[in-house]
Amino acid sequence: MSSSPERTNASGTAELNTFPKLLLHHAQTRGAKIAMREKDLGIWQAWSWSQVLDEVRALACGLAALGFKAGDKLAIVGDNRPRLYMGMAAAQCLGGIPVPLYQDSVTKEMAFVIDNADVRYAVVEDQEQVDKLLEIREENPSIKHILFDDPRGLRHYDYPFLDSIDKGQEMGREYDQANPGFFEQSANSSDGGDIAIMLYTSGTTGNPKGVVLTYDNVIITARNGIIREGLTENEEVLAYLPMAWVGDNLFSYAQSLVAGFTVNCPESGATILTDLREIGPTYYFAPPRVYENMLTQVMIRMEDASRIKQHLFHYFMDLAKRVGTRILDNKEVSAGQKLLYKLGDFLIYGPLRDVLGLNRIRLAYTAGEAIGPEIFDFYRSLGINIKQLYGQTEGMVFICVQPDGEVYPDTVGTPAIDVEVKIHDSGEVLYRSPGVFHSYYKNPDATAATKTEDGWVFTGDAGYFAENGHLKIIDRAKDVGKLLDGTMFAPKYIENKLKFFSFIKEAVAFGNQREYTCIFVNIDLEAVGNWAERRNLAYSGYIDLADQDEVYELIQGCVDKVNEDLSHDPLLCKSQIRRFLVLHKELDADDGELTRTRKVRRSFIEERYAPLVEALYAGVPKCHIETQVKFEDGRTGMLAADVKIREAKQFTPVAKAS
Amino acid sequence: MHERKLGDVVLQAEGISLSFGAMRVLNNVSFDVHQGEIRSIIGPNGAGKSSMLNVINGVYHPQQGSITYRGETRQQMKVHQAAAQGIARTFQNIALFKGMSTLDNIMTGRNLKIKSNMLQQAVYWGKAQKEEIEHRRKVEEIIDFLEIQAIRKTPVGKLPYGMQKRVELGRALAAEPDLLLLDEPMAGMNVEEKEDMCRFVLDINDEFGTTIILIEHDMGVVMDLSDRVVVLDYGNQLADGPPDVVRSNQAVIDAYLGVSN
Repeated sequence: MSSSPERTNASGTAELNTFPKLLLHHAQTRGAKIAMREKDLGIWQAWSWSQVLDEVRALACGLAALGFKAGDKLAIVGDNRPRLYMGMAAAQCLGGIPVPLYQDSVTKEMAFVIDNADVRYAVVEDQEQVDKLLEIREENPSIKHILFDDPRGLRHYDYPFLDSIDKGQEMGREYDQANPGFFEQSANSSDGGDIAIMLYTSGTTGNPKGVVLTYDNVIITARNGIIREGLTENEEVLAYLPMAWVGDNLFSYAQSLVAGFTVNCPESGATILTDLREIGPTYYFAPPRVYENMLTQVMIRMEDASRIKQHLFHYFMDLAKRVGTRILDNKEVSAGQKLLYKLGDFLIYGPLRDVLGLNRIRLAYTAGEAIGPEIFDFYRSLGINIKQLYGQTEGMVFICVQPDGEVYPDTVGTPAIDVEVKIHDSGEVLYRSPGVFHSYYKNPDATAATKTEDGWVFTGDAGYFAENGHLKIIDRAKDVGKLLDGTMFAPKYIENKLKFFSFIKEAVAFGNQREYTCIFVNIDLEAVGNWAERRNLAYSGYIDLADQDEVYELIQGCVDKVNEDLSHDPLLCKSQIRRFLVLHKELDADDGELTRTRKVRRSFIEERYAPLVEALYAGVPKCHIETQVKFEDGRTGMLAADVKIREAKQFTPVAKAS
Repeated sequence: MHERKLGDVVLQAEGISLSFGAMRVLNNVSFDVHQGEIRSIIGPNGAGKSSMLNVINGVYHPQQGSITYRGETRQQMKVHQAAAQGIARTFQNIALFKGMSTLDNIMTGRNLKIKSNMLQQAVYWGKAQKEEIEHRRKVEEIIDFLEIQAIRKTPVGKLPYGMQKRVELGRALAAEPDLLLLDEPMAGMNVEEKEDMCRFVLDINDEFGTTIILIEHDMGVVMDLSDRVVVLDYGNQLADGPPDVVRSNQAVIDAYLGVSN
């Protein structure tokens, strides 16, 4: 790799091989530099590295005073709050293991992880999470103590095992005084091979599994990423994705602690876009849907703009489409067009990047799902260096990354530093790297099934290396099936093609061991709602809008285009969509239809909506269905609807002109 | 739930009668409100509920009866007296400045607390500057409390109805009231918005110790939130007592379900 390690400022010395040691190091070498920010009461509050250390120290000693021992597990539950990240560090300073949980999981899901991970202590955000833990504790009294950040509504909760973080830190400061040297001794005794953290996989199939990662796994991978991209201590990131997700742990915790850069916590989940703009991150990660949403917003607002602005926007966006990505990749562009692009940058691209909060971006990643080529090119043509990466929890994220200047929308790039990738005979992708996980917690069978003895990990994804040496992922290996006539059926590939249309939010494809392909579609309420408004179509809500004939026409257009596209692919031309329906309900993680990371759970959906799937293959034009739905507070209700079914246009397969 | 401890009587309405010409709106209504209590007034449409609130904060002047608030008995309150004595309210029909932001609307609730004069404010210097920062902080605390950070700078006219109701509550809170009058705070809301609003009402009562008089139609809400309930029907007082007692009162059931007289 061409990047030199010196540029990183990463503390690459051998002794700094754990987070407690890194934290002590930063407090010493760049104590006054801002480590974290959080917007509170409308103002960005900042913590320097030495302040962070102070707070972590108090919290760690407080936990110790409450009986927390090395090896104990500390659950972390809540939105991205500085003091929850500090809780993570505090546990590590005591030789304990933080276990961040998804903050929006319902009590039952949370109870499973708490029990499975043998959690004894918890640091949580607010009343909502405290309530869930109290409920869990009734069944599972092994939780010894809970500390909370926000005291609101908790004034009358009188439990001996419940305190505020403030109180915990107060106890900690006393403990610290009474036991001088305890904290340093404990923090410095950690070693690279020790367990750093446990992260639970989202559980696309069955119960979530606890992925055990060592400091070496996390820190070496984080450092390799920093080296490859040339990140420095001056980066700014926005921590807004769930703390339980491996990506947030890497970008907002591990890499910040390795490189010493600043992590910013938004004011609330609803203010992220405003906060993004105020902070102007230089290093940013977002799943494709975030980029999609931003683009949709821009397009909607442009339609309301004045004629002149619209004209300017379209003129310069056309130009950007032609030359923008070439300029970003340092490829040859004529001087005239370069000059015109400069003008466009002044008039359109710059202001647009500023509105999106992406003006200072040096590096933006996306991963998790395939991203639409148009969306991808839109951002790149604006001069935003957005790249795809491919990774998973079991490898501490990085497997493949697109190198600068070699960014293709349909591949995920080349292997990251120290990562080996190969394709199994079955077509499944395998990798081996320093980030390869220690084990699944208390699950040796699953560990053995995923990781070979010499360290290769089965990703569960089907893929191949394209001619340019870049990895291309098709689908989940187990999801790739066959139609009755024996031709390949890759549901996700079809779903992704559909989801690239802004009107379609989710799609679910069926076809394995069936005669032909059929799909469910979820419309994007915002995009289709706006489209409907422009056509003076009245609607009362999602169900009403989804059922309208005009909307069916609109979706039909998208489905037909996908079919035309598929007809050009010699492998997949037989998978053309025959019949489709617009689902009467938005797929929801609370109902188990999506994972917490918003991936469709196809087989679950097939079972839950069995009458609809049957109707698709039975050739009937309409189907009545009643569905149970779960509200956020845990109550349930019934939803009934008559769902229409339409036929899609079929295209004769065309051999690809080479 | 913890045991509720109610304080002394802070407000006593004694034999209130109010008429507009020949139309009798309130007929000899008497009830009291304790410090820290959530007191509900319920009744069918036209029962005189909003009129009762208007009597309490001095918009209407009753022909008979008196209001005793914090030991002072008056035949009639004046609006500015009510406000100066720590009574704030929200309205059945939202009464916000539509073109102004959420932040500015809530700031108007601080009006009575502003001590610096117009000239000082105009040049934004010295005392005025310090004062404004303090007020802004208070307003930000309310924004945080009501979880409306995301609409801080949005003109309220652009907000959905449920959000506007929340902003209006914010403005009433900005006056740091001892007694908060809420006129149908949940009207026209969906289930989720109602639940949020209920939580805010309970939290206000709990965190700030604010005494609350609430008019509401949703019986579930009333029964859940209230310490005691007064029932009005055509200006007459049908019942007064804890929710359980009121719910089983035959006269109340008749008034709500309707009986042939």
